[in-house]
Amino acid sequence: MSDRTLRIRFEINGGSGDVETHPMARLLDVLREQLHLTGTKEGCGEGECGACSILLNGRLVNSCLIPAVHAEGAKIVTIEGVATGDQLHAVQRAFIECGGAQCGICTPGMVLAAADLLARNPSPTLDEIRSGLSGNLCRCTGYMRIFAAVVTAMREGVPT
Amino acid sequence: MPDPAIGRAVPRRDGVAKVTGRARYIDDLTMPGMLHGVTVRSPVARGIIRDIRYGSGVPWDEITVVQASDIPGRNVVALILEDQPYLADERVNHPEEPILLLAHRDKQMLEEARRLVTFDIEPLDPVFTIDEALSGERVIWGDDNIFKSYLVGRGDVDRAFDEAAIIVEGAYETGAQEQLYIEPNGMMAVAGPDSGVTVWGSMQCPYYVHKSLAGLFGWSVERIRVVQMETGGGFGGKEEYPSVIAGHVALLAWKSGRPVKMIYDRAEDMAATTKRHPSRTRHRTAVSADGRLLALEIDFVIDGGAYCTLSPVVLSRGTIHASGPYFCPNIRIRGRAVATNAPPHGAFRGFGAPQSIFALERHMDRVALAIGVAPEELRRRNFIRPGQVSAVGQVMRDPVDMSAILSRALDMSSYHEKRGRFDRENVRGRTRRGIGLATFMHGAGFTGSGEDHLASIVTVEGTRDGRVRVLSASTEIGQGTNTIFAQIAADTLRLDVEDIEIAQPDTAFVPNSGPTVASRTCMVVGRLLENACRNLQHVLIDSGHLTSASGDFKPACVAYVEERGTLRASAQYQPREGAHWDDERYEGDAYGSYAWAAYVAEVTVDLDTYEIHVDDFVAVQEVGRVIHPVLATGQIEGGVAQAIGWALYEDVVWREGRMANSQMTNYIMPTSADLPTIRVHFEEVPYEGGPGGAKGIGELPMDGPAPAIANAVAHATGVDVRRVPLTPEALAQMLEVARV
Repeated sequence: MSDRTLRIRFEINGGSGDVETHPMARLLDVLREQLHLTGTKEGCGEGECGACSILLNGRLVNSCLIPAVHAEGAKIVTIEGVATGDQLHAVQRAFIECGGAQCGICTPGMVLAAADLLARNPSPTLDEIRSGLSGNLCRCTGYMRIFAAVVTAMREGVPT
Repeated sequence: MPDPAIGRAVPRRDGVAKVTGRARYIDDLTMPGMLHGVTVRSPVARGIIRDIRYGSGVPWDEITVVQASDIPGRNVVALILEDQPYLADERVNHPEEPILLLAHRDKQMLEEARRLVTFDIEPLDPVFTIDEALSGERVIWGDDNIFKSYLVGRGDVDRAFDEAAIIVEGAYETGAQEQLYIEPNGMMAVAGPDSGVTVWGSMQCPYYVHKSLAGLFGWSVERIRVVQMETGGGFGGKEEYPSVIAGHVALLAWKSGRPVKMIYDRAEDMAATTKRHPSRTRHRTAVSADGRLLALEIDFVIDGGAYCTLSPVVLSRGTIHASGPYFCPNIRIRGRAVATNAPPHGAFRGFGAPQSIFALERHMDRVALAIGVAPEELRRRNFIRPGQVSAVGQVMRDPVDMSAILSRALDMSSYHEKRGRFDRENVRGRTRRGIGLATFMHGAGFTGSGEDHLASIVTVEGTRDGRVRVLSASTEIGQGTNTIFAQIAADTLRLDVEDIEIAQPDTAFVPNSGPTVASRTCMVVGRLLENACRNLQHVLIDSGHLTSASGDFKPACVAYVEERGTLRASAQYQPREGAHWDDERYEGDAYGSYAWAAYVAEVTVDLDTYEIHVDDFVAVQEVGRVIHPVLATGQIEGGVAQAIGWALYEDVVWREGRMANSQMTNYIMPTSADLPTIRVHFEEVPYEGGPGGAKGIGELPMDGPAPAIANAVAHATGVDVRRVPLTPEALAQMLEVARV
């Protein structure tokens, strides 16, 4: 791997991002180490667990598998960009109310996956919730409280 | 006064921080000048280290290297025995055993350096299986490869077998299981001659780490400080192993003079750290024609891996739970934990009980089949009742009613209707359906005199604004410690939950409330918290600031703190009144209380792909009073999900003592698409020894699902299931055997 770095500019959580990095650096590392957005977690580093989920141009992706160069000109939302100031997103409120978060390490990715699911499908069936979240692993909850959170947020109506 | 908090789903303490990504885990921490640390591990299972070579390609003079000879104190991980070194010195006893530690600020260079280290190891013959270990042909540990053995029981077992008309035998096996907390293990340390050692990290038991570090450095405990960061799941996997990582990172910090952080990647965490003990259990049961258990003979063996670690206590719990929630006048249980050249197996939710209960509950179905009695009926005829004694001689004093719990589970699952319907329908098509059950119990807290020896302490202090801070070493690892502690303290002091603060576990400030394990946090530590709060009220009553415990705490606290500065009270564990335990004979009151349960699983088996799907799951249990309905339900659902994983998907593939599938890609845990709806019901019977009437809960749900599923698969297919995991490959093999 060459040591050449690249300047990459993107939109992140409504602001602008501008970093100097190796083009093949993992976007996850750029977020955590250069932008200090540590809400995005690393669970496996191979795209299996979804703890590093972010929204890249409106698509839910595993940031551990995305080279930094792909972020050039992109619009990124991380967990830090989900709430509006102190006002939690409906999915975040529902996760607290329904017990969707236990240890919390999968929670940022899971919240983004749930918000993304509801943005694409405002009234999913239980089966659609099951498959919609199946890219995000949780070892604590057995997922039942997470499903309940999605249903609760759905009833509240999720802002898009 | 505010409404009682106990019994209500108050908002989770750490909820906002966790859903916004603000919660701080160890990998979210950095320090100026910080180095990264890595571990270089043994490539072989057993051998003598002859040479260590450092290949060229990295500037070795910039890299901090620690080996066994650098250790200032004792090269021993402090657990039960002192057989496990922090760093292998002359010998290695398992694959992935730590030999060298490296630190550098550049992670990429560090990876290269790790690859450039090679070891010249003279191989010795290893032992990989329980049978090899028991045969004693090659002795790899002690005199006989046996870490610990127990022989417990009562009655005249031999005579009962001599007189019995019906005897049913069987052997059952369970596989290893990875805890697979989604946050890998990690620690950060600073160390210096003046400052001592401070370690921050992901852990369940700060004082275990504390004790082990003191020995490693040969220092008094005052020079060691351990701080728990937000911890992304534990399940037992962060009970003992964090002591190893903390020691490693502290050694690197000590030698380099810089802060050092060490975060395991997933493959390293899976391959190198502890897993659930594999087990083999043999049952021999004498039973009357009408289904009364006359004698149980149980031989329970667990594979402990290369070092003793916690195997004796895992074995103890598995042994005591091996005869389940049944009464039998004649019982003999032999338990043995053996050594193999695999990485040490360790604590994992259930701690030996899931293994021995799997065997028993699968065996009960086979006994029922042998005598032509329905599985639920056989159990009903043998449930232990108040006043009867357990295998180790504990008289059941609490009002246990297993029959009612079972009836509720059968009703909720439509068991009888489905059992009959599946029997009729399982004749055509390429799928088969089945329904199965398991009934079981789980003792809460340390076994026997364990809690007496721990002598745990909880402290509470009043603040100048009339709030109360709880100081304990009991960790929040997702299960809800901080929330239930706030509820318990609030109700005792008649305060709002918002008025309770929970201090971060930091050995510089909190007392030792014991490890966060063994379903003890709510029942044992929660009770101490209740007592500490009462003691706090008494301080205010004695000083005249409060007239009685039902008085208004807040103004009294404010006035007291203003006048005297500090308002603190503690409570220490006292041996339970009337409880007796004989450590020598391993007999007596094994646990302060038991949680009781009946679980029912419904499955579909695909005869073409051999896949098993759990379609419905009913979990009925009595855990005393439920402190927080949402958290308690979450504990049961999460435990059931892990146990479904253990039963069906999670297959640790061993190759020469090494986990060959140490990735989430090829070690398969349940996703949201794999699990059935898990239906949870609590029968609430308040337990007077627990806070607000609560018992332990965390481990219970790990015990029942695997045998319930295995029994359902046996019902669906007629296959005599003897082991888990029931992967498609394993089931295919069992079906082949059944056809021959």
